[in-house]
Amino acid sequence: MALPIPAAPVEEVDWDVPEQVGLWTDVWRRFRRNRLAVAGAVVVVILLADALLAGLLQQIGLIQDPIKQHVEITLAGPSAQHLLGTDYLGRDTLSRLMYGARISLTIGILVQAIYVVIGGTIGMIAGYAGGRVDNLLMRFTDIWYAFPDLLFVLVLVSVFGPSLLSIFAAIGIVNWVNLARLVRGQVLSIKEKEYVESARAVGSSHFKIVLRHLVPNALGPVIVTLTFGIPAAIFLEAALSYLGVGIQPPTPSWGVMIQDGYQAIYASPWQVTFPAFAIAITMLSFSFIGDGLRDALDPRMRQ
Amino acid sequence: MAGKILRIEDLKTQFFTSRGVVRAVDGVSLHVDEGETVAVVGESGCGKTMTALSILRLVPDPGRIVGGHIWFRDRDVTTMDAEQVREFRGNDVAMIFQDPMTSLNPVTKVGTQIEEAMTAHERFSPRDALERVIPLLQRVRIPAAERRRQDYPHQFSGGMRQRAMIAMGLANEPQLIIADEPTTALDVTVQAQIVTLLKQLNSELGTAIMLITHNMALVASICTRVIVMYAGRVVEEGPVRQIFKSPQHPYTWSLLRSVPRVDEVRRSRLVSITGMPPDLVRMPPGCKFHPRCAFRVDRCSDDEPALDEVGPNQVARCWVLMRNVPQEAARELEAVTISRDVVEELKATAPDLEDVADGS
Amino acid sequence: MAVEAPAPGASAQPALDPVILRVENVYKHFPVGGIATEVVRAVDGVSLEVRRGETLGLVGESGCGKSTLARLITQLQPATAGQVIFNGEDLTRVSGGRMRRIRRQMQMIFQDPFASLDPRMTVGEIVGEPIDNFGIARGRARQQRIQELLRLVGLNPNFTNRYPHEFSGGQRQRIGIARALAPNPTFIVCDEAVSALDVSIQAQIINLLQDLQREFNLTYLFIAHDLAVVRHLSDRVAVMYLGKVVEVADRNDIYAAPQHPYTRALLSSIPVPDPEVEAGREPILLQGEIPSPVNPPSGCRFHTRCPIAQVPGVCSETEPELEPHGHASQIAACHFAGREIA
Repeated sequence: MALPIPAAPVEEVDWDVPEQVGLWTDVWRRFRRNRLAVAGAVVVVILLADALLAGLLQQIGLIQDPIKQHVEITLAGPSAQHLLGTDYLGRDTLSRLMYGARISLTIGILVQAIYVVIGGTIGMIAGYAGGRVDNLLMRFTDIWYAFPDLLFVLVLVSVFGPSLLSIFAAIGIVNWVNLARLVRGQVLSIKEKEYVESARAVGSSHFKIVLRHLVPNALGPVIVTLTFGIPAAIFLEAALSYLGVGIQPPTPSWGVMIQDGYQAIYASPWQVTFPAFAIAITMLSFSFIGDGLRDALDPRMRQ
Repeated sequence: MAGKILRIEDLKTQFFTSRGVVRAVDGVSLHVDEGETVAVVGESGCGKTMTALSILRLVPDPGRIVGGHIWFRDRDVTTMDAEQVREFRGNDVAMIFQDPMTSLNPVTKVGTQIEEAMTAHERFSPRDALERVIPLLQRVRIPAAERRRQDYPHQFSGGMRQRAMIAMGLANEPQLIIADEPTTALDVTVQAQIVTLLKQLNSELGTAIMLITHNMALVASICTRVIVMYAGRVVEEGPVRQIFKSPQHPYTWSLLRSVPRVDEVRRSRLVSITGMPPDLVRMPPGCKFHPRCAFRVDRCSDDEPALDEVGPNQVARCWVLMRNVPQEAARELEAVTISRDVVEELKATAPDLEDVADGS
Repeated sequence: MAVEAPAPGASAQPALDPVILRVENVYKHFPVGGIATEVVRAVDGVSLEVRRGETLGLVGESGCGKSTLARLITQLQPATAGQVIFNGEDLTRVSGGRMRRIRRQMQMIFQDPFASLDPRMTVGEIVGEPIDNFGIARGRARQQRIQELLRLVGLNPNFTNRYPHEFSGGQRQRIGIARALAPNPTFIVCDEAVSALDVSIQAQIINLLQDLQREFNLTYLFIAHDLAVVRHLSDRVAVMYLGKVVEVADRNDIYAAPQHPYTRALLSSIPVPDPEVEAGREPILLQGEIPSPVNPPSGCRFHTRCPIAQVPGVCSETEPELEPHGHASQIAACHFAGREIA
């Protein structure tokens, strides 16, 4: 047997690093595996398409004019002309439903932006600065939270008049508290992580640490919370419209449709069930997506 | 004549993952005699912990024992049904884990947990179990045992928790204790206490100990026989003095020389094994250590060697064997690891540092 | 390895102080609970010197305060009292901006290779962070420097777009080392830099650290609980117990002739990878557990566990000072330093 010659340098085995699944790819994969979440996503995609295309569809004649009243066929059941029937003013329910999606989705999703701006900033500052600043901001947040949200929104909308913008602003201003608390909690825990410490050790400024380390790592739970916030906002808007201080007629909103349908519930129970159903499905879909995202983003369940 | 209380024959434990089949334990055979202290050493991923878990049928999902036998005296553990396994665990063989905090129930008093360990196997009546708790705690040198048995785990320090675990392990007078890195999480002075305790238990009670660790110094302190594992298989085995004095497998040899000693500075550089342990899903052909081995020959990448006898009671799985390696080759391993020109390049591009001295 | 003063007639630069870091009477007390009257005395009056070019090892068990001390030195935590003088400047008094600039000189390698790298950043971004912070290089040169640094620590320079989770523990630790070297520092604090690694990987990193020290004239403060590793790497060793330094000595002196009973007990507790030696050895077993840093024992903190303490007596009444005992520059804080343990 030949003796080994004094060793030639062993090839650098550290050279080869097997490529592994990227972070977001992993999230996507895990999300895909959750059937309910995927179903929810499909529904949401359809709703979004509906919201965007409703106008177009009306133009090409696939759906009716939601405002046009056909006084001769009020409270009719489903028929060939009006697939979901008509309401108490003879307006086509289906098209009102489809246009209503616009309102719900717009408010539901865009309101999250206000949450992020107000709640996110407050939470970030409180968590990062700590000490007295944190105390002050959190007490302020607690006080804000103490106001019952529906009443608060009602007050704001009454003061500023019911319009899309004021509803939007009202919901946003009232409900950012949860996000603020979440962001603060995230920041508090990430702040203590060794990689943030090492960022300081290599001379990164506070601004840089917040932007490059805190924000990307806090994103996961924030996205989940925002996703869950959408159905909550949708519901709030529907409640407002139902109470009459939300979207004003003749603009179709699911909340208004419930109010209208409720008035006529004995004459035609259809009119209240369709919008209620729409709200329920929408809220459920977003909740499923939120659940799916939460599981998919959970670092402990990585594969 | 000491009998064999544990005999593992060609054990294979595998994990079925989306990436492929992980061959965590790939044909391991070993034995433990009555009253012996055996070390199973190796680094992460070598399969030593999985072997221990297989013995107790504690292999977690998605893993399974897929082949081989584990004989405890004359019973085959691999063919036991759930009831028999439950009776076997904690009774004839007990296991001590690395982190006692997670192995102890935080909401139950320590004394109660020890009692439960006894009554669960119905070897002792509840009354007898109660009476045995204090002597057990005293045997593991927990001071003020009468008071301490009423405490909860979080009221114990790390070292004492580990002793409590040992007490639980001893409760049913097992013939074999498997200790998986029992001192890694402990302070050095506490480690010494646990090591002394284990040695006493072995000499006073005759309990066999299988110590699983990567700490060669611990092995030298406690054990009489060493089994070295790499990539799910045994690569060397022998009496402790022989293994430490003349290891034949290059991995064992490198491992022993990569550990600094506290009592002397023999050489100015440690031997480091380049690279990393193999991917257990896609293992290299031939000898599993050959990609990292500085002494390999052509044959090593083609054929996997079998465990051959290389000395009295010593076996090794290697075509070359360290005794056939000339001294100069061994010394080559102490060469500098970083390349000169990269250093020069970096110095050239880095700014001068004098400015700091004058405060700019 | 002290730096010699330049010969007369050499450049007009003033001679560099052979002591690069002076820790003077530093304290760190953490309040316990809300309205605190109690404090955790994590670091309770520590003074140390680190000489330029040397490796000072700092050892101790849990609760001794060595990791806290590391953070006080690097100003990642503010000291409750005392001074940290680096290159002549008191770091406890400089502004945030100035400290950030000083960090170019003073870097740190952390213990946990999994936690010390931001999982959302690529390796290139991680190593590039200090380069960007200090404006060391831009564009093409920056990318080149990052790749050189990776190659220097033994990693493939083409992996700048990979994420930390794709690498093993040892490789991640190398990334951390590359990051620490990026601004070309003079002083590096290694906080348990190899403790979380497997044995053979530890050896790789230890060798790497030694090579880097030699090539770049680095000074290390090497913090660890593994005395064997510390002995291997250090020129001098300091031992801490419950927030104070109990002994400092050259590496050979401390192992051959430890003066403080705690150092003795510590050394005797460490097994040696040699069965012959082990068979003939008995560790000095300390009684009891490490006391709580909230209420350290009176007088000498070690007296409750010390095998030679005089209690009641000077050991439980008076706290001993660090004084020269034993060999050349060895100092120990014990009323009975050097006495044999029966």
